[in-house]
Amino acid sequence: MKALMVILLSAMLTDNFVLSKFMGICPFLGVSKKLDSASGMGIAVTFVMICATAVTYPIHHGILVPNELEYFDTVVFILVIALFVQLVETALKKTIPSLYKSLGVYLPLITTNCAVLGVTVLNIDNSYSFIQSIVNSFGAGLGFMLALVIFSGVRKKMEYADIPETFKGVPATLIAASIVSVSFMGFSGLFS
Amino acid sequence: MTYLIPALILGVSGLAAAILLTAASKVFYVEVDERVDKISQSLPQGNCGACGYAGCADYADAIVNSGAPTNLCRPGGADAAQKIAQVLGTAAAEVIPMAAVVRCSGDCNATQKAFEFDGVQSCKAAKRFYSGTGSCKYGCLGFGDCMAVCEHDAIRIENGLARIIPNRCGACGQCAAECPNGLISIRPLAKHIDVFCSSKDNGKITKLSCKNGCIGCRICEKKCPSGAIHVNDLHASIDYEKCTNCGECMKACPAKVIHSCES
Repeated sequence: MKALMVILLSAMLTDNFVLSKFMGICPFLGVSKKLDSASGMGIAVTFVMICATAVTYPIHHGILVPNELEYFDTVVFILVIALFVQLVETALKKTIPSLYKSLGVYLPLITTNCAVLGVTVLNIDNSYSFIQSIVNSFGAGLGFMLALVIFSGVRKKMEYADIPETFKGVPATLIAASIVSVSFMGFSGLFS
Repeated sequence: MTYLIPALILGVSGLAAAILLTAASKVFYVEVDERVDKISQSLPQGNCGACGYAGCADYADAIVNSGAPTNLCRPGGADAAQKIAQVLGTAAAEVIPMAAVVRCSGDCNATQKAFEFDGVQSCKAAKRFYSGTGSCKYGCLGFGDCMAVCEHDAIRIENGLARIIPNRCGACGQCAAECPNGLISIRPLAKHIDVFCSSKDNGKITKLSCKNGCIGCRICEKKCPSGAIHVNDLHASIDYEKCTNCGECMKACPAKVIHSCES
């Protein structure tokens, strides 16, 4: 149980996918303008990460390893991820149309979000067990959501800040993102 | 076997995914107004944005759900408006055919190069870094940024000057947004007389930098029977709402900078 907690918290904080591993920067910058779409995106990504791990882990160990097809990981994993993204999209369109609209193009883009593929591949690389993999994916998803939610707060404050004309817009956003990333470095070494 | 098993695995998992997705799309089926689909099909699908919406599908949605006007599609013209009216079951709204016009006649014979330009060969770069490469800083730069952005193949660069082919032009306005000197505008096709100069310099400087420039003499303003032509910013411009195509300004202009697009 203790080992699982360590995996969960380190995936969330010390090895945060966005702020320490720099994966999934595109939705991090694209959807973090508003708090509700940021948290919606976080939930969608967490869901896709957990489902994708739950399916890719058995596929890897049950089908690909016995046939010595480990090199096939990326192709099959992307297929699985695309399936779940599509499922989330159709479900969202029916259940929460307003969130569907505010996520816009970033929803289908979860397919190419490297954080999702990254977590499935890292689970295999770290030779986690099934439970550990699921916990790691959950932690990674929560970490992604945490980064988005924190950053949406930062961006809201930045709207009222007096920023030099040259830095307005994307440059200021990137600088703020790097400062948030630096602050997450404070967590390093917490669980070792 | 080395190829068969991977192919089989991928094929089977793809098929399983397809079945799952089909099932999901049945379960989570959202009813879409079929008129949106029909209207979207009768639009040109160029996604040019001339209507003010983010593409043809968005415009179709706006027509059905928020009552947007049906005659905004310029590339589609009267044809598209007719089809949309059929789908909605209303009378077709009137569409005025529009086309783009380049308000400059400073070709290579009329202007000189200010210097040899060796940088990035685009109007934007030439304008931003050197305020143009020719003797007139308000005129057509001639690198063809408008030609590159035109989806209807309706612009040619001839003798250093952009020329619109009116019957190809869809009046989407992308070239107008692209021109760094703002020389291109969209105006009614029927009002074919125009002032082909946009120089904001005074008469003397305009004349020095271009043989075909408007010197702002105001003769056209006095001759126009309907008060449709006025000199603002030191060059003449026509108010299309008032213009009657009488051609008096054309005959009176001493610099011969006013002429008809049809000739």
